[in-house]
Amino acid sequence: MNPFLALIGRDMRLAIRVGGGALMGALFYFTVVAMTPFAIGPDLNLLARIGPAILWLGALLASLLALDRLFATDHEDGSLDLLMMGTMPLELAVAAKAIAHWLTTALPLIVITPVLGLMLNVEMSAMGWVALTLLAGTPALTFIGLIGAALAVTLRRGGLLLAVLVLPLTVPVLIFGVAAANAAIIGPAPFGPPFTILCALSLASLVLGPVAAAAALRQGLE
Amino acid sequence: MNLGPHAIFIIASYVVVVVVVTALIGWIAADYAAQQRILRNLEQRGVTRRSQRAKGDAP
Amino acid sequence: MAVIDLANPTRFLTLVNRVLPWLIGATALVFAYGLYRVAGAPDDYQQGATVKIMYLHVPGAWLGMMGWGVMTVAALGTLVWRHPLADVAGKAAAPIGAGFTFICLATGMLWGRPMWGTYWVWDARLTSVLVLFLLYLGMLALYWTAEDPNRSARAAAILALVGAVNIPIIKFSVDWWNTLHQPASVVRMGGAAIDASILVPLLIMALAFTLLFFTLHFAAMRNEILRRRVRSMRMMQAREVPV
Repeated sequence: MNPFLALIGRDMRLAIRVGGGALMGALFYFTVVAMTPFAIGPDLNLLARIGPAILWLGALLASLLALDRLFATDHEDGSLDLLMMGTMPLELAVAAKAIAHWLTTALPLIVITPVLGLMLNVEMSAMGWVALTLLAGTPALTFIGLIGAALAVTLRRGGLLLAVLVLPLTVPVLIFGVAAANAAIIGPAPFGPPFTILCALSLASLVLGPVAAAAALRQGLE
Repeated sequence: MNLGPHAIFIIASYVVVVVVVTALIGWIAADYAAQQRILRNLEQRGVTRRSQRAKGDAP
Repeated sequence: MAVIDLANPTRFLTLVNRVLPWLIGATALVFAYGLYRVAGAPDDYQQGATVKIMYLHVPGAWLGMMGWGVMTVAALGTLVWRHPLADVAGKAAAPIGAGFTFICLATGMLWGRPMWGTYWVWDARLTSVLVLFLLYLGMLALYWTAEDPNRSARAAAILALVGAVNIPIIKFSVDWWNTLHQPASVVRMGGAAIDASILVPLLIMALAFTLLFFTLHFAAMRNEILRRRVRSMRMMQAREVPV
């Protein structure tokens, strides 16, 4: 079997099993979005206006949540050393782990987005667009977070340090994600430009993330 | 020199810069003094660096 | 494997000890002359005397960005050439760059209050500098949490390079975001529109701040080398105790 696919499969099985955090990201996302109206009040017009922003912030925080365990568990049980010694380039192995993380954390979150949109008074037809921006933008979040996860494991620190390192780098993704979602719902700015830039950010981080994360692991764990 | 109606903001800016720069200088100077003191202390107790000892006897 | 190659840093220390007094003197002289020129500079016809804040604000912004540039070069030195001084240079630059970025933010806020009527507007330039400041804080947090200087140097170098790639993207997206939300800024300063009577003092102040940056940087690098020397001596001592 192709080692790349095998690694994705392994990580997904680990995430789905007991103790894995597969649905935890989606649950966290749901909770954060449900908490927001308690902070800003139940005004439906206001909620509809800032709905996409709430959904995007929730997705950003949820994608950070499980990241600090991404390499830490593999480092503890030694399988990270095996990956580093294996024949597959470390960049590919790291990318496989990120893809598995995205499939188990970000994808469920995108699936439940339309339901949450109803609670925020965002129209059902517009929810498809918000979900589409999340689908295009969350890979960027995962792959930027991948760098932070690799740095955190080489420093044997995680949690808050990871968030402090990664969050400023996700500013562009947040800007263009929310802009595209707002353009789709409220207008009048066109949907195309922010959405294509969002896709470009995802594609760029798809390259930068694994290269930088692999470099961090090689430099830090040698 | 007349600083106009917003003199307080201009003076505050210069004060901020003086405070930040003084803090940086103070931190660096204090750090230098501390490292020097520790080094002297270590040298007094006869701890040497590898490069110094290599000149004397074999490692 | 040599824990730290001491030969090169020793030569660097003698260089610093020789150069630093001259640097301090030059910094003080240029600052004195720059402040004298600033005091004599005319007020802006639109902004009045508050333009005097610019002589601090603009050099702060330049050096905040240059600090990350120094860290990027140092990161290449650490990862590509494995130069023993490179991670010392990178680590020493981080707090100084953060300090200058803070100067830019604080003076920007104090300038904004009389000019914009509020301390903070989400102006594109201020916002970009804010994100740069957050990146600096992340870098400092990375240094604070790491115990082993070699390990943290590599991690910091990777973060510096990732930041260097990202800073233009962040700048671009913040500009785009800003034009989307705020069509026009209250104060516009054209680059070429600055009169020489204001530009010359600004350039002198920028030179003074640059000299200050390198003076502080050299001194901080000296501290860092001494700190590592202390560390290696303590490790030697710890190794010798049982014998």
